[in-house]
Amino acid sequence: MLVGVPKEREVSGTFEELAMPLFDRLYNFAHWLAQDREEAEDLLQETYVKALKGFRSFQPGTNFRAWMYQILRNTFLTSRTGLRSAMSVPLDEDAGEMTMAASGDTPETALLQRSDRELVQEALSRLPVPYREVLLLCEFEEMSYQEISVAVGIPLGTVMSRLSRARKALRNQIEEMKNVRSTLR
Amino acid sequence: MVCKDCSEKLDAYFDGELSAEDARSVAEHLRQCPSCAADALSKVEMKRAVHAAGQKYAPNPEFRAHLQKQIASQKPGTRARNWMPIFAVAAVALVLIAAISVFVVHRSKGASQQLWSELVDQHVSTLASSNMVDVVSSDRHTVKPWFEGKIPFTFNLPELQGSPFVLIGGRVDYLKQSPGAELIFGIRQHRISVFIFRDADLPEGGERQAVQTDLSFQVRRWRQNGLTYFMISDASPQDLDQLSNLIKSAK
Repeated sequence: MLVGVPKEREVSGTFEELAMPLFDRLYNFAHWLAQDREEAEDLLQETYVKALKGFRSFQPGTNFRAWMYQILRNTFLTSRTGLRSAMSVPLDEDAGEMTMAASGDTPETALLQRSDRELVQEALSRLPVPYREVLLLCEFEEMSYQEISVAVGIPLGTVMSRLSRARKALRNQIEEMKNVRSTLR
Repeated sequence: MVCKDCSEKLDAYFDGELSAEDARSVAEHLRQCPSCAADALSKVEMKRAVHAAGQKYAPNPEFRAHLQKQIASQKPGTRARNWMPIFAVAAVALVLIAAISVFVVHRSKGASQQLWSELVDQHVSTLASSNMVDVVSSDRHTVKPWFEGKIPFTFNLPELQGSPFVLIGGRVDYLKQSPGAELIFGIRQHRISVFIFRDADLPEGGERQAVQTDLSFQVRRWRQNGLTYFMISDASPQDLDQLSNLIKSAK
């Protein structure tokens, strides 16, 4: 027999073998984007169907995970919630920070009951989607800047500057919520 | 390193995106600067908090099961899979015939026979595999670029429109640890493997007779532009001649 196994064989697999292990994480991310269970399920369904159809053109050995997130994100962009969530980013990101979304539905008094983890989750959900997604991809999914660049479809430099702004925005949001909580006590 | 430099690099430092040299400079500065160290601590705490907060939503088990079933039933319509049901029976017959022919080949000595023996083994193995190819396409414009960077040479693929042949796909194969290309063509219910290796990578003493008919497989071999082509199939001699001519004249 011919010796040696091509590297591609070691990382390639059927679509199911590659995609199903990502299911829980992709669902979590979809729900963070859509903020609604039913929409998240629809998003994920559509993502997997699209990815399955496009699998023929996927290059084995390249980053499958970033590719799946890219499809999920693009699917979200054209969904009802995606269009409504003002995903558009100022052409010049350096020009200024993004407008924060209006405060969530949580009454301020409910903040009293929240643990710090829940506070951070609430703060994240109040961020504009472009900030929320890069934070999750970096801090939770632990993607590299390069992977985030592929998943979100922005240049590497923009990944860094957007992360910096997102972190500042999150910090400000948390501070604001903590202040409210402490004044209510 | 001054505080301003450190501050600009801190995010990338904790994200693991700095070069080793920059990371060392930042670490050294943090050891000496209490103010930047306090800033760093705050950043690390925030990273941990977001990491912990990130896992919030879990899918319904029913939804997951439903989607998994859907995926499993809609296998991607790759050519390799589409052909499987059709030639599954033929494949079993081929394996049996191959077992006999490989036995015949192995009885012979010499570098040439050894080489053919290995290639026939690979041809049979490819046909019997459920993942027959690594790149699937009937389009030469997909298959040829796929090989770039994977093998140390390029080759031309023939235009098959108007011919009875189809290109099923390709894969990288190795001969004595040197990479080459295997292309799988189809004609009616037959499969034709075409292996391409650089002349320089072939073992010595292998340049023997191009056409052998004492095997159950038809084989062809020729050299072109520093590459050697090996063709193996159970298709007819005329079919192999036709395909080899198409490949030889490819631009």
